[in-house]
Amino acid sequence: MSCQVEICPDGPALVRGADEVIDAAGRAHATTRPVVAVCLCGRSQRAPWCDGTHKVVTAAAPRPSVVEARDS
Amino acid sequence: MQLPRPRGPFSAQVFASMVSPDPAHVAYDAHADVLSDEDAQIALWALYELSYRGFDDVDARHEWSPGLLATRAQLEAAFEQALRELTEPAVGRALDADRPDRVPAQIAAVIDDAEDAGLARFLQREATEEQYREFLVHRSIYHLKESDPHAFAIPRLDGAPKVALAELQYDEFGGGRVDRLHSTLFARALEGAGLDPTYGAHIDAVPAATLAVNNAMSLFALHRRLRGALMGHLAAFESTSSLPCRRYVGGAERLGFDARVTAYFDEHVEADAVHEQVACRSICQRLVEQHPELQRDVLLGAGVCVQLDARAGALMVDAWRAGDSALLDTLQQEVA
Ligand code: FES
Ligand SMILES: [Fe+2]
Ligand SMILES: [Fe+2]
Repeated sequence: MSCQVEICPDGPALVRGADEVIDAAGRAHATTRPVVAVCLCGRSQRAPWCDGTHKVVTAAAPRPSVVEARDS
Repeated sequence: MQLPRPRGPFSAQVFASMVSPDPAHVAYDAHADVLSDEDAQIALWALYELSYRGFDDVDARHEWSPGLLATRAQLEAAFEQALRELTEPAVGRALDADRPDRVPAQIAAVIDDAEDAGLARFLQREATEEQYREFLVHRSIYHLKESDPHAFAIPRLDGAPKVALAELQYDEFGGGRVDRLHSTLFARALEGAGLDPTYGAHIDAVPAATLAVNNAMSLFALHRRLRGALMGHLAAFESTSSLPCRRYVGGAERLGFDARVTAYFDEHVEADAVHEQVACRSICQRLVEQHPELQRDVLLGAGVCVQLDARAGALMVDAWRAGDSALLDTLQQEVA
């Protein structure tokens, strides 16, 4: 399956068909479900995965994390 | 599973009819508030259960018994009306407040409208082991058939929302691995807490408020007409899961519960952050684009999810603060 990334406004990116997501520190995280939500707000405690924290981040400016999806 | 214990004359009559060879219609006369009526909610739950796992003491053919369906229809008419009244103000505000084409924002507005009973915070910081176990008992009614109600929508959808629902359900149903089936993960959590993990084991212990949470899903699931509400319910459920699940993990760790308890909620922090986006955007938004006439029902479903959940949660928190339990009297020893 080819990799597809869908950006959710004010939320994460839904990534389908990726085997690994590389976090900002260069570490590879294997995906364990067919579609994963990658945190774009930079506040998740489960980075690189979204854990819903973006909904409680209101005042703070978003800090997009740089991610790279790999499809092997 | 055997039929539950009746909770009054009406459910006693309905259950007697269910075990008879040719079930007769038992008239339901809506006198009490149907949402908190123990007698009505347990009868409705049992009638719905015929379409899930059934009962050892009821003929499986009675799922389509005209007499039982007539009783169910009377209960459902009162129940649906109560649910519409309960959510109408929030749905109206959400429809006014936003552009008609932004379903996820409207679902969020309906969710924000519900009061937070403080259940997650209580479990995280204050609950005793016994109270935490009680919470698992209440939740077991749904989680032992997790996502089963919403699966009834699949043949009633087409195109983008169908693909998205199948994607979400594949995850709920284990992603191809039997040991990852979410209902099984919850059964393991019950076991880890020293509770009976058998399907239906706790039905006699839970109050009407908890039954209503489950009956609302079945009402939406078993009527194609209400598929919009079923999907709105799913969206609200998933959208109000990740953050509370983090607190449930915290509470289970604080109390030193078995890793199987934390594992269930831990899985749902990440899983439901995904499911929320899929349900709000790929299912509900796309469904309303296909069928604009379903917009109000999508919001009805979302409202019912959060409002009934808040009622059931408040019942627990209020009871616990008073040093009591929200489980039915005779069965409290089960969690102690
Ligand atoms: S985008 Fe959801 S926690 Fe960052
Ligand atoms: Fe789940
Ligand atoms: Fe989920």
